[in-house]
Amino acid sequence: MTTTLATLRGLSVSYRREGAQTFALRDVDLDIATGGRLAIIGESGSGKSTLALALAGLLPPEASLAGTIDWPGLDHVPVAGRDIGMVFQDPGSSLNPVLTIGEQVSEGAVRHLRLGRATARQRALDLLARVRIPQPQAALAAYPHQFSGGQRQRIAIACAIAASPRLLIADEATSALDMIVQAEITELLDTLVREDGMSLVFITHDIALAAKLADRIAVFRDATLVEVGPARQVLARPSQDYTRSLIATHIDFSAPRLIDERA
Amino acid sequence: MNRAWLLARRRILSSIPVLLIVVIGTFFLLEMASGDAVDAYLVTLGGDAGLAQSLRERYGLDQSALARLWLYAGSLARLDLGFSVAFNRPILDLILERLPNTLWLMGSAIAMAFTFGTLFGIVAGARPGSAADRALSIGSLALYAVPSFWLGLVLSLVFAVQLRWFPTAGIETIASGKTGFARALDIARHLVLPVSALGFIYLALFLRMMRAGMAEVWRQDFVLAARAKGLARRRIVLRHVARNALLPLVTMLGLQAATMLGGSVVIESVFAIPGFGRLAHEAVAARDAPLLMGIIVVSAVLVIVVNLLVDLAYAWLDPRVGSGEASS
Repeated sequence: MTTTLATLRGLSVSYRREGAQTFALRDVDLDIATGGRLAIIGESGSGKSTLALALAGLLPPEASLAGTIDWPGLDHVPVAGRDIGMVFQDPGSSLNPVLTIGEQVSEGAVRHLRLGRATARQRALDLLARVRIPQPQAALAAYPHQFSGGQRQRIAIACAIAASPRLLIADEATSALDMIVQAEITELLDTLVREDGMSLVFITHDIALAAKLADRIAVFRDATLVEVGPARQVLARPSQDYTRSLIATHIDFSAPRLIDERA
Repeated sequence: MNRAWLLARRRILSSIPVLLIVVIGTFFLLEMASGDAVDAYLVTLGGDAGLAQSLRERYGLDQSALARLWLYAGSLARLDLGFSVAFNRPILDLILERLPNTLWLMGSAIAMAFTFGTLFGIVAGARPGSAADRALSIGSLALYAVPSFWLGLVLSLVFAVQLRWFPTAGIETIASGKTGFARALDIARHLVLPVSALGFIYLALFLRMMRAGMAEVWRQDFVLAARAKGLARRRIVLRHVARNALLPLVTMLGLQAATMLGGSVVIESVFAIPGFGRLAHEAVAARDAPLLMGIIVVSAVLVIVVNLLVDLAYAWLDPRVGSGEASS
Protein backbone atom coordinates (compact mmCIF):
# COMPACT_ATOMS: atom_id res chain seq x y z
CA MET A 1 0.00 0.00 0.00
CA THR A 2 1.67 3.17 -1.13
CA THR A 3 0.54 6.63 -0.19
CA THR A 4 1.06 9.69 -2.27
CA LEU A 5 3.56 12.31 -1.12
CA ALA A 6 2.90 14.89 -3.81
CA THR A 7 0.35 15.35 -6.55
CA LEU A 8 1.04 17.60 -9.52
CA ARG A 9 -1.96 18.58 -11.62
CA GLY A 10 -1.82 20.67 -14.77
CA LEU A 11 1.52 22.11 -13.69
CA SER A 12 2.95 24.67 -16.10
CA VAL A 13 5.95 26.91 -15.63
CA SER A 14 6.56 29.69 -18.10
CA TYR A 15 8.84 32.66 -18.58
CA ARG A 16 8.05 35.83 -20.42
CA ARG A 17 10.90 36.73 -22.73
CA GLU A 18 10.71 39.65 -25.13
CA GLY A 19 6.94 39.59 -25.01
CA ALA A 20 6.65 35.90 -25.88
CA GLN A 21 5.72 33.27 -23.34
CA THR A 22 8.05 30.28 -23.32
CA PHE A 23 7.13 27.18 -21.40
CA ALA A 24 9.68 25.35 -19.30
CA LEU A 25 6.97 22.88 -18.24
CA ARG A 26 3.59 22.44 -19.83
CA ASP A 27 0.54 20.83 -18.26
CA VAL A 28 2.25 18.12 -16.21
CA ASP A 29 0.22 15.55 -14.22
CA LEU A 30 2.43 13.46 -11.96
CA ASP A 31 2.27 11.66 -8.60
CA ILE A 32 5.20 11.10 -6.28
CA ALA A 33 4.72 8.11 -3.97
CA THR A 34 5.80 8.27 -0.35
CA GLY A 35 8.98 6.26 -0.07
CA GLY A 36 9.09 5.88 -3.84
CA ARG A 37 11.98 6.46 -6.17
CA LEU A 38 10.99 8.42 -9.21
CA ALA A 39 13.47 8.96 -12.02
CA ILE A 40 12.86 11.94 -14.25
CA ILE A 41 14.63 11.43 -17.56
CA GLY A 42 14.91 13.55 -20.62
CA GLU A 43 17.40 15.52 -22.66
CA SER A 44 18.69 18.89 -21.53
CA GLY A 45 16.05 21.57 -21.93
CA SER A 46 13.23 19.07 -21.48
CA GLY A 47 12.08 20.82 -18.29
CA LYS A 48 13.27 18.25 -15.79
CA SER A 49 15.33 20.68 -13.71
CA THR A 50 12.47 23.15 -13.73
CA LEU A 51 10.33 20.42 -12.21
CA ALA A 52 12.85 20.02 -9.39
CA LEU A 53 12.87 23.77 -8.69
CA ALA A 54 9.07 23.92 -8.80
CA LEU A 55 8.79 21.06 -6.29
CA ALA A 56 11.21 22.76 -3.89
CA GLY A 57 9.60 26.18 -4.39
CA LEU A 58 12.83 27.62 -5.72
CA LEU A 59 11.67 28.96 -9.07
CA PRO A 60 13.05 32.40 -9.85
CA PRO A 61 10.57 35.25 -9.24
CA GLU A 62 10.14 35.94 -12.97
CA ALA A 63 8.74 32.43 -13.53
CA SER A 64 4.97 32.14 -13.58
CA LEU A 65 3.42 28.97 -12.29
CA ALA A 66 0.04 27.52 -13.21
CA GLY A 67 -1.66 24.36 -11.98
CA THR A 68 -1.29 22.83 -8.53
CA ILE A 69 1.22 20.94 -6.42
CA ASP A 70 -0.51 19.29 -3.45
CA TRP A 71 1.25 17.45 -0.67
CA PRO A 72 -1.18 14.84 0.72
CA GLY A 73 1.79 13.03 2.26
CA LEU A 74 2.66 16.04 4.42
CA ASP A 75 0.42 17.91 6.82
CA HIS A 76 1.85 21.27 5.81
CA VAL A 77 3.28 23.08 2.82
CA PRO A 78 6.84 21.83 2.49
CA VAL A 79 9.76 24.09 3.32
CA ALA A 80 12.92 23.72 1.24
CA GLY A 81 15.70 22.35 3.40
CA ARG A 82 13.43 21.02 6.14
CA ASP A 83 11.06 18.84 4.10
CA ILE A 84 12.89 18.74 0.79
CA GLY A 85 16.62 18.26 0.39
CA MET A 86 18.33 19.04 -2.88
CA VAL A 87 21.56 17.83 -4.42
CA PHE A 88 22.81 19.65 -7.50
CA GLN A 89 24.84 18.65 -10.50
CA ASP A 90 28.24 20.20 -9.96
CA PRO A 91 29.63 19.83 -6.42
CA GLY A 92 32.48 22.13 -7.46
CA SER A 93 30.11 25.08 -7.57
CA SER A 94 27.28 24.07 -5.26
CA LEU A 95 29.44 24.44 -2.15
CA ASN A 96 30.45 27.88 -0.95
CA PRO A 97 34.23 28.10 -1.47
CA VAL A 98 34.96 30.31 1.54
CA LEU A 99 32.92 28.67 4.30
CA THR A 100 34.04 25.62 6.27
CA ILE A 101 32.46 22.25 5.57
CA GLY A 102 31.23 22.13 9.16
CA GLU A 103 29.32 25.38 8.78
CA GLN A 104 27.82 24.42 5.43
CA VAL A 105 26.70 20.97 6.53
CA SER A 106 25.17 22.15 9.79
CA GLU A 107 23.57 25.46 8.79
CA GLY A 108 20.39 23.81 7.48
CA ALA A 109 20.03 21.77 10.66
CA VAL A 110 20.71 24.84 12.79
CA ARG A 111 17.95 26.67 10.99
CA HIS A 112 15.28 23.97 10.94
CA LEU A 113 16.05 21.88 14.01
CA ARG A 114 17.07 24.90 16.14
CA LEU A 115 20.35 23.34 17.23
CA GLY A 116 22.92 25.04 19.40
CA ARG A 117 26.56 25.34 18.47
CA ALA A 118 27.73 22.10 20.07
CA THR A 119 24.82 19.95 18.89
CA ALA A 120 25.12 21.41 15.39
CA ARG A 121 28.77 20.43 15.33
CA GLN A 122 27.95 16.92 16.48
CA ARG A 123 25.21 16.73 13.86
CA ALA A 124 27.63 17.77 11.10
CA LEU A 125 30.11 15.18 12.35
CA ASP A 126 27.48 12.42 12.23
CA LEU A 127 26.34 13.47 8.75
CA LEU A 128 29.88 13.51 7.38
CA ALA A 129 30.46 10.05 8.83
CA ARG A 130 27.20 8.87 7.28
CA VAL A 131 28.22 10.01 3.81
CA ARG A 132 31.57 8.32 4.50
CA ILE A 133 33.91 11.31 4.42
CA PRO A 134 37.27 10.10 5.78
CA GLN A 135 38.34 11.82 9.03
CA PRO A 136 35.09 13.73 9.53
CA GLN A 137 36.53 15.53 12.55
CA ALA A 138 39.20 17.18 10.41
CA ALA A 139 36.76 17.76 7.56
CA LEU A 140 34.63 20.05 9.73
CA ALA A 141 37.26 22.79 9.64
CA ALA A 142 38.30 22.17 6.03
CA TYR A 143 37.13 23.97 2.88
CA PRO A 144 35.56 22.56 -0.32
CA HIS A 145 38.71 22.92 -2.43
CA GLN A 146 40.49 20.41 -0.20
CA PHE A 147 38.23 17.56 -1.35
CA SER A 148 37.86 15.56 -4.54
CA GLY A 149 34.79 15.86 -6.75
CA GLY A 150 33.20 12.72 -5.36
CA GLN A 151 33.85 13.78 -1.78
CA ARG A 152 32.39 17.21 -2.47
CA GLN A 153 29.23 15.58 -3.76
CA ARG A 154 29.07 13.45 -0.60
CA ILE A 155 29.36 16.66 1.42
CA ALA A 156 26.62 18.26 -0.69
CA ILE A 157 24.43 15.23 0.06
CA ALA A 158 25.19 15.61 3.77
CA CYS A 159 24.05 19.26 3.46
CA ALA A 160 20.83 18.15 1.74
CA ILE A 161 19.83 15.59 4.38
CA ALA A 162 20.96 17.70 7.37
CA ALA A 163 17.43 18.47 8.55
CA SER A 164 16.10 14.96 7.78
CA PRO A 165 13.85 15.88 4.84
CA ARG A 166 11.07 13.57 3.64
CA LEU A 167 11.94 14.07 -0.01
CA LEU A 168 15.39 14.12 -1.57
CA ILE A 169 15.72 15.63 -5.03
CA ALA A 170 18.94 14.79 -6.87
CA ASP A 171 19.25 16.99 -9.94
CA GLU A 172 21.81 15.33 -12.24
CA ALA A 173 23.74 14.59 -9.05
CA THR A 174 26.18 12.24 -10.73
CA SER A 175 26.58 13.67 -14.24
CA ALA A 176 29.61 15.80 -13.42
CA LEU A 177 31.48 12.84 -11.93
CA ASP A 178 33.48 10.03 -13.51
CA MET A 179 32.05 6.52 -13.84
CA ILE A 180 33.46 4.96 -10.67
CA VAL A 181 32.52 7.91 -8.50
CA GLN A 182 29.09 7.94 -10.14
CA ALA A 183 28.51 4.38 -8.99
CA GLU A 184 29.61 5.26 -5.44
CA ILE A 185 27.32 8.26 -5.22
CA THR A 186 24.41 6.27 -6.64
CA GLU A 187 25.00 3.58 -4.05
CA LEU A 188 25.21 6.17 -1.27
CA LEU A 189 21.92 7.78 -2.33
CA ASP A 190 20.34 4.33 -2.46
CA THR A 191 21.53 3.52 1.09
CA LEU A 192 20.50 6.85 2.58
CA VAL A 193 17.05 6.78 1.00
CA ARG A 194 16.48 3.21 2.21
CA GLU A 195 17.74 3.85 5.75
CA ASP A 196 15.79 7.06 6.29
CA GLY A 197 12.66 6.06 4.39
CA MET A 198 12.99 9.16 2.23
CA SER A 199 11.26 9.56 -1.10
CA LEU A 200 13.68 10.17 -3.96
CA VAL A 201 13.27 12.15 -7.12
CA PHE A 202 16.26 11.43 -9.30
CA ILE A 203 16.71 13.67 -12.30
CA THR A 204 19.04 12.37 -14.99
CA HIS A 205 19.64 12.08 -18.67
CA ASP A 206 21.26 8.71 -18.07
CA ILE A 207 18.71 5.97 -18.59
CA ALA A 208 21.05 3.30 -17.19
CA LEU A 209 21.21 5.13 -13.86
CA ALA A 210 17.46 5.53 -13.82
CA ALA A 211 17.13 1.81 -14.46
CA LYS A 212 19.34 1.01 -11.48
CA LEU A 213 17.88 3.36 -8.94
CA ALA A 214 14.24 4.06 -9.73
CA ASP A 215 11.01 2.16 -9.26
CA ARG A 216 9.11 4.60 -11.46
CA ILE A 217 10.28 6.52 -14.48
CA ALA A 218 8.86 9.70 -15.98
CA VAL A 219 10.08 10.73 -19.42
CA PHE A 220 10.11 14.41 -20.36
CA ARG A 221 10.52 16.02 -23.73
CA ASP A 222 10.14 19.65 -24.75
CA ALA A 223 8.58 20.72 -21.44
CA THR A 224 5.93 18.00 -21.49
CA LEU A 225 5.60 14.67 -19.75
CA VAL A 226 5.80 12.01 -22.45
CA GLU A 227 5.24 8.90 -20.43
CA VAL A 228 5.28 7.71 -16.84
CA GLY A 229 5.05 4.25 -15.29
CA PRO A 230 6.84 1.54 -13.31
CA ALA A 231 10.52 1.41 -14.25
CA ARG A 232 10.45 -2.12 -15.61
CA GLN A 233 7.45 -1.40 -17.78
CA VAL A 234 8.75 1.89 -19.21
CA LEU A 235 12.11 0.34 -20.01
CA ALA A 236 10.82 -2.97 -21.37
CA ARG A 237 7.66 -1.89 -23.12
CA PRO A 238 7.78 1.84 -23.72
CA SER A 239 4.48 3.13 -25.02
CA GLN A 240 5.96 6.11 -26.83
CA ASP A 241 8.34 6.24 -29.79
CA TYR A 242 10.36 8.94 -28.07
CA THR A 243 11.02 6.72 -25.05
CA ARG A 244 11.97 3.87 -27.37
CA SER A 245 14.50 6.03 -29.19
CA LEU A 246 15.87 7.34 -25.88
CA ILE A 247 16.36 3.78 -24.64
CA ALA A 248 17.94 2.72 -27.93
CA THR A 249 20.62 5.38 -27.61
CA HIS A 250 21.47 4.31 -24.07
CA ILE A 251 22.15 0.59 -24.33
CA ASP A 252 25.48 -0.15 -22.74
CA PHE A 253 27.11 -2.60 -20.37
CA SER A 254 25.85 -0.88 -17.27
CA ALA A 255 22.22 -1.59 -18.15
CA PRO A 256 21.96 -5.36 -18.09
CA ARG A 257 18.23 -5.27 -17.48
CA LEU A 258 17.64 -3.74 -20.89
CA ILE A 259 19.74 -6.23 -22.74
CA ASP A 260 18.01 -9.15 -21.01
CA GLU A 261 14.61 -7.94 -22.09
CA ARG A 262 15.64 -7.41 -25.67
CA ALA A 263 17.60 -10.60 -26.14
CA MET B 1 49.22 30.53 10.63
CA ASN B 2 51.74 28.89 8.38
CA ARG B 3 50.08 29.84 5.09
CA ALA B 4 50.14 33.54 5.98
CA TRP B 5 53.80 33.40 6.99
CA LEU B 6 54.82 31.76 3.72
CA LEU B 7 52.86 34.35 1.79
CA ALA B 8 54.37 37.24 3.76
CA ARG B 9 57.89 35.95 3.25
CA ARG B 10 57.38 35.55 -0.48
CA ARG B 11 55.93 39.06 -0.82
CA ILE B 12 58.70 40.68 1.24
CA LEU B 13 61.37 39.01 -0.88
CA SER B 14 59.69 40.06 -4.11
CA SER B 15 59.38 43.65 -2.90
CA ILE B 16 63.18 44.08 -2.79
CA PRO B 17 63.61 44.22 -6.60
CA VAL B 18 60.54 46.46 -6.77
CA LEU B 19 62.20 48.96 -4.44
CA LEU B 20 65.45 48.77 -6.40
CA ILE B 21 63.64 49.52 -9.64
CA VAL B 22 61.84 52.45 -8.02
CA VAL B 23 65.09 53.90 -6.66
CA ILE B 24 67.10 53.50 -9.88
CA GLY B 25 64.22 54.58 -12.10
CA THR B 26 63.42 57.70 -10.10
CA PHE B 27 67.08 58.61 -9.79
CA PHE B 28 67.61 58.66 -13.54
CA LEU B 29 64.27 60.31 -14.16
CA LEU B 30 65.25 63.18 -11.88
CA GLU B 31 68.69 63.16 -13.49
CA MET B 32 67.08 63.81 -16.86
CA ALA B 33 65.23 66.87 -15.58
CA SER B 34 67.22 70.02 -16.12
CA GLY B 35 68.25 72.12 -13.15
CA ASP B 36 69.28 71.12 -9.65
CA ALA B 37 69.20 72.48 -6.11
CA VAL B 38 72.10 74.82 -6.88
CA ASP B 39 70.12 76.40 -9.72
CA ALA B 40 67.12 76.87 -7.45
CA TYR B 41 69.39 78.36 -4.81
CA LEU B 42 70.97 80.80 -7.21
CA VAL B 43 67.60 81.86 -8.61
CA THR B 44 66.46 83.01 -5.18
CA LEU B 45 69.72 84.30 -3.72
CA GLY B 46 71.76 85.23 -6.79
CA GLY B 47 75.40 84.43 -7.54
CA ASP B 48 77.77 83.81 -10.41
CA ALA B 49 79.02 80.75 -12.26
CA GLY B 50 81.98 80.44 -9.91
CA LEU B 51 79.74 80.14 -6.87
CA ALA B 52 77.63 77.55 -8.70
CA GLN B 53 80.75 75.58 -9.51
CA SER B 54 82.04 75.60 -5.94
CA LEU B 55 78.60 74.70 -4.51
CA ARG B 56 78.31 71.77 -6.91
CA GLU B 57 81.76 70.54 -5.88
CA ARG B 58 80.89 70.87 -2.22
CA TYR B 59 77.71 68.81 -2.53
CA GLY B 60 79.26 66.26 -4.88
CA LEU B 61 76.96 67.27 -7.74
CA ASP B 62 79.91 67.35 -10.17
CA GLN B 63 80.43 63.60 -9.90
CA SER B 64 79.05 61.15 -12.46
CA ALA B 65 75.43 60.01 -12.16
CA LEU B 66 76.43 56.40 -11.49
CA ALA B 67 78.78 57.37 -8.71
CA ARG B 68 76.07 59.47 -7.08
CA LEU B 69 73.50 56.65 -7.47
CA TRP B 70 75.95 54.30 -5.75
CA LEU B 71 76.46 56.79 -2.92
CA TYR B 72 72.71 57.30 -2.59
CA ALA B 73 71.93 53.58 -2.54
CA GLY B 74 74.62 53.09 0.08
CA SER B 75 73.18 55.70 2.40
CA LEU B 76 69.64 54.40 1.76
CA ALA B 77 70.78 51.01 3.00
CA ARG B 78 71.75 52.76 6.26
CA LEU B 79 68.27 54.38 6.34
CA ASP B 80 69.90 57.75 5.68
CA LEU B 81 67.74 59.71 3.23
CA GLY B 82 70.11 62.67 3.10
CA PHE B 83 69.70 66.36 3.82
CA SER B 84 67.12 68.74 2.41
CA VAL B 85 68.67 71.93 1.08
CA ALA B 86 65.28 73.62 0.76
CA PHE B 87 64.25 73.02 4.38
CA ASN B 88 67.76 72.91 5.81
CA ARG B 89 66.85 69.75 7.76
CA PRO B 90 67.48 66.00 7.49
CA ILE B 91 65.00 64.49 5.03
CA LEU B 92 64.04 61.62 7.34
CA ASP B 93 62.99 64.09 10.06
CA LEU B 94 60.89 66.06 7.59
CA ILE B 95 59.16 62.93 6.31
CA LEU B 96 58.52 61.53 9.77
CA GLU B 97 56.99 64.85 10.75
CA ARG B 98 54.65 65.04 7.72
CA LEU B 99 53.84 61.38 7.17
CA PRO B 100 51.54 60.85 10.19
CA ASN B 101 49.18 63.61 9.01
CA THR B 102 48.82 61.94 5.63
CA LEU B 103 48.48 58.49 7.15
CA TRP B 104 45.66 59.73 9.37
CA LEU B 105 43.97 61.37 6.41
CA MET B 106 44.38 58.37 4.10
CA GLY B 107 43.70 55.76 6.74
CA SER B 108 40.49 57.43 7.86
CA ALA B 109 39.36 58.03 4.28
CA ILE B 110 40.04 54.40 3.26
CA ALA B 111 38.40 53.03 6.41
CA MET B 112 35.34 55.26 5.95
CA ALA B 113 35.06 54.47 2.23
CA PHE B 114 35.52 50.74 2.71
CA THR B 115 33.13 50.42 5.65
CA PHE B 116 30.27 52.48 4.25
CA GLY B 117 30.90 51.44 0.64
CA THR B 118 30.65 47.79 1.66
CA LEU B 119 27.60 48.31 3.87
CA PHE B 120 25.66 50.30 1.27
CA GLY B 121 26.86 47.87 -1.40
CA ILE B 122 25.34 45.00 0.60
CA VAL B 123 22.07 46.91 0.92
CA ALA B 124 22.03 47.55 -2.84
CA GLY B 125 23.22 44.06 -3.76
CA ALA B 126 20.83 42.26 -1.41
CA ARG B 127 18.07 42.79 -3.95
CA PRO B 128 19.48 43.81 -7.32
CA GLY B 129 16.93 45.93 -9.15
CA SER B 130 15.05 47.00 -6.02
CA ALA B 131 14.24 50.62 -5.21
CA ALA B 132 17.03 50.78 -2.62
CA ASP B 133 19.46 49.39 -5.19
CA ARG B 134 18.47 51.92 -7.83
CA ALA B 135 18.67 54.86 -5.43
CA LEU B 136 22.09 53.81 -4.13
CA SER B 137 23.43 53.05 -7.61
CA ILE B 138 22.40 56.43 -8.98
CA GLY B 139 23.66 58.21 -5.85
CA SER B 140 27.02 56.49 -6.01
CA LEU B 141 27.40 57.25 -9.70
CA ALA B 142 26.76 60.95 -9.00
CA LEU B 143 29.27 60.88 -6.15
CA TYR B 144 31.80 59.06 -8.32
CA ALA B 145 31.51 61.72 -11.03
CA VAL B 146 32.37 64.59 -8.68
CA PRO B 147 36.09 65.53 -8.62
CA SER B 148 37.48 65.39 -5.08
CA PHE B 149 39.06 68.86 -5.10
CA TRP B 150 35.71 70.41 -6.06
CA LEU B 151 33.90 68.35 -3.42
CA GLY B 152 36.54 69.52 -0.93
CA LEU B 153 35.97 73.18 -1.80
CA VAL B 154 32.18 72.86 -1.60
CA LEU B 155 32.28 70.95 1.70
CA SER B 156 34.65 73.55 3.08
CA LEU B 157 32.44 76.41 1.89
CA VAL B 158 29.23 74.95 3.30
CA PHE B 159 30.28 73.24 6.52
CA ALA B 160 33.30 75.30 7.51
CA VAL B 161 32.75 78.80 6.17
CA GLN B 162 28.95 79.15 6.33
CA LEU B 163 27.79 76.70 8.99
CA ARG B 164 31.05 76.86 10.96
CA TRP B 165 30.65 73.27 12.10
CA PHE B 166 34.19 72.31 11.28
CA PRO B 167 37.50 74.19 10.95
CA THR B 168 38.43 75.30 7.45
CA ALA B 169 42.01 74.16 7.38
CA GLY B 170 44.94 72.55 9.13
CA ILE B 171 45.33 69.31 11.00
CA GLU B 172 44.90 70.69 14.53
CA THR B 173 44.37 73.98 16.31
CA ILE B 174 47.78 75.62 16.39
CA ALA B 175 49.27 76.31 19.81
CA SER B 176 46.12 75.16 21.60
CA GLY B 177 48.21 73.19 24.07
CA LYS B 178 45.71 70.33 23.98
CA THR B 179 46.91 66.87 24.93
CA GLY B 180 45.59 63.34 25.02
CA PHE B 181 41.93 62.84 24.26
CA ALA B 182 41.19 66.55 23.73
CA ARG B 183 43.93 66.70 21.10
CA ALA B 184 42.65 63.55 19.38
CA LEU B 185 39.18 65.07 19.27
CA ASP B 186 40.60 68.29 17.86
CA ILE B 187 42.45 66.39 15.10
CA ALA B 188 39.31 64.35 14.35
CA ARG B 189 37.29 67.57 13.94
CA HIS B 190 39.90 68.88 11.53
CA LEU B 191 39.86 65.64 9.57
CA VAL B 192 36.10 65.32 8.98
CA LEU B 193 35.92 67.47 5.86
CA PRO B 194 39.18 66.39 4.16
CA VAL B 195 38.40 62.73 4.87
CA SER B 196 34.94 63.16 3.34
CA ALA B 197 36.34 64.94 0.30
CA LEU B 198 39.01 62.30 -0.25
CA GLY B 199 36.95 59.27 0.71
CA PHE B 200 33.55 59.82 -0.90
CA ILE B 201 34.77 58.95 -4.37
CA TYR B 202 36.20 55.68 -3.04
CA LEU B 203 33.05 55.03 -1.09
CA ALA B 204 31.15 55.23 -4.37
CA LEU B 205 33.70 52.95 -6.01
CA PHE B 206 33.49 50.31 -3.27
CA LEU B 207 29.71 50.51 -3.23
CA ARG B 208 29.50 49.90 -6.95
CA MET B 209 32.02 47.06 -6.83
CA MET B 210 30.26 45.38 -3.94
CA ARG B 211 26.90 45.72 -5.63
CA ALA B 212 28.19 44.35 -8.94
CA GLY B 213 30.02 41.55 -7.16
CA MET B 214 26.90 40.52 -5.27
CA ALA B 215 24.77 40.59 -8.42
CA GLU B 216 27.32 38.18 -9.87
CA VAL B 217 27.41 35.88 -6.83
CA TRP B 218 23.60 35.63 -6.72
CA ARG B 219 23.80 33.61 -9.93
CA GLN B 220 26.19 31.04 -8.44
CA ASP B 221 25.09 27.49 -7.75
CA PHE B 222 26.00 27.62 -4.08
CA VAL B 223 23.50 30.43 -3.55
CA LEU B 224 20.76 28.26 -5.05
CA ALA B 225 22.01 25.46 -2.78
CA ALA B 226 21.81 27.82 0.20
CA ARG B 227 18.23 28.71 -0.77
CA ALA B 228 17.47 24.99 -1.13
CA LYS B 229 18.63 24.56 2.48
CA GLY B 230 15.85 26.98 3.43
CA LEU B 231 18.23 29.37 5.16
CA ALA B 232 17.08 32.77 6.38
CA ARG B 233 17.46 35.43 3.73
CA ARG B 234 19.70 37.46 6.00
CA ARG B 235 22.11 34.55 6.29
CA ILE B 236 22.13 33.95 2.53
CA VAL B 237 22.83 37.63 1.84
CA LEU B 238 25.59 38.01 4.43
CA ARG B 239 27.31 34.62 4.71
CA HIS B 240 26.95 33.35 1.19
CA VAL B 241 26.61 36.31 -1.17
CA ALA B 242 28.33 39.26 0.53
CA ARG B 243 31.10 37.08 1.97
CA ASN B 244 32.17 36.05 -1.52
CA ALA B 245 31.61 39.45 -3.11
CA LEU B 246 33.94 41.00 -0.52
CA LEU B 247 37.05 39.31 -1.95
CA PRO B 248 37.64 41.53 -5.01
CA LEU B 249 37.05 44.60 -2.84
CA VAL B 250 39.98 43.67 -0.66
CA THR B 251 42.24 43.50 -3.71
CA MET B 252 40.87 46.87 -4.81
CA LEU B 253 41.70 48.28 -1.38
CA GLY B 254 45.40 47.63 -1.98
CA LEU B 255 45.33 49.11 -5.46
CA GLN B 256 43.47 52.21 -4.33
CA ALA B 257 45.94 52.92 -1.52
CA ALA B 258 48.48 54.03 -4.12
CA THR B 259 45.95 56.18 -5.97
CA MET B 260 44.83 57.73 -2.74
CA LEU B 261 48.38 58.80 -1.90
CA GLY B 262 48.28 60.85 -5.09
CA GLY B 263 44.80 62.16 -4.34
CA SER B 264 45.84 63.33 -0.91
CA VAL B 265 48.23 65.88 -2.52
CA VAL B 266 45.19 67.75 -3.85
CA ILE B 267 43.15 67.44 -0.66
CA GLU B 268 46.07 68.49 1.52
CA SER B 269 46.39 71.62 -0.63
CA VAL B 270 42.68 72.43 -0.40
CA PHE B 271 42.58 72.02 3.38
CA ALA B 272 46.11 73.27 4.08
CA ILE B 273 47.15 70.09 5.86
CA PRO B 274 50.92 69.90 6.31
CA GLY B 275 51.13 66.35 4.95
CA PHE B 276 53.23 64.15 2.78
CA GLY B 277 51.59 65.18 -0.48
CA ARG B 278 52.17 68.86 0.22
CA LEU B 279 55.78 68.06 1.03
CA ALA B 280 56.17 66.44 -2.40
CA HIS B 281 54.73 69.56 -3.99
CA GLU B 282 57.11 71.77 -2.04
CA ALA B 283 60.06 69.55 -2.94
CA VAL B 284 59.30 69.93 -6.64
CA ALA B 285 58.86 73.69 -6.32
CA ALA B 286 62.23 74.00 -4.58
CA ARG B 287 63.94 71.59 -7.02
CA ASP B 288 64.98 69.56 -4.01
CA ALA B 289 65.76 66.28 -5.80
CA PRO B 290 67.01 64.35 -2.74
CA LEU B 291 63.84 65.26 -0.83
CA LEU B 292 61.67 64.19 -3.76
CA MET B 293 63.65 60.95 -4.01
CA GLY B 294 63.14 60.33 -0.32
CA ILE B 295 59.40 60.97 -0.64
CA ILE B 296 59.10 58.60 -3.58
CA VAL B 297 61.06 55.85 -1.85
CA VAL B 298 58.99 56.15 1.32
CA SER B 299 55.78 56.17 -0.77
CA ALA B 300 56.92 53.00 -2.50
CA VAL B 301 57.61 51.33 0.85
CA LEU B 302 54.19 52.49 2.07
CA VAL B 303 52.39 51.03 -0.94
CA ILE B 304 54.33 47.77 -0.61
CA VAL B 305 53.45 47.50 3.09
CA VAL B 306 49.77 48.26 2.46
CA ASN B 307 49.63 45.63 -0.27
CA LEU B 308 51.34 43.10 1.97
CA LEU B 309 48.69 43.70 4.62
CA VAL B 310 45.97 43.45 1.97
CA ASP B 311 47.41 40.18 0.70
CA LEU B 312 47.42 38.77 4.21
CA ALA B 313 43.83 39.90 4.75
CA TYR B 314 42.86 38.30 1.45
CA ALA B 315 44.55 35.03 2.40
CA TRP B 316 42.67 35.12 5.69
CA LEU B 317 39.34 35.70 3.87
CA ASP B 318 39.90 33.22 1.04
CA PRO B 319 41.04 29.77 2.14
CA ARG B 320 42.00 28.88 -1.43
CA VAL B 321 44.92 31.34 -1.53
CA GLY B 322 48.29 29.67 -1.13
CA SER B 323 46.80 26.18 -1.16
CA GLY B 324 48.07 25.43 -4.64
CA GLU B 325 44.72 25.75 -6.38
CA ALA B 326 44.44 28.82 -8.55
CA SER B 327 41.74 31.18 -7.39
CA SER B 328 40.14 33.98 -9.25
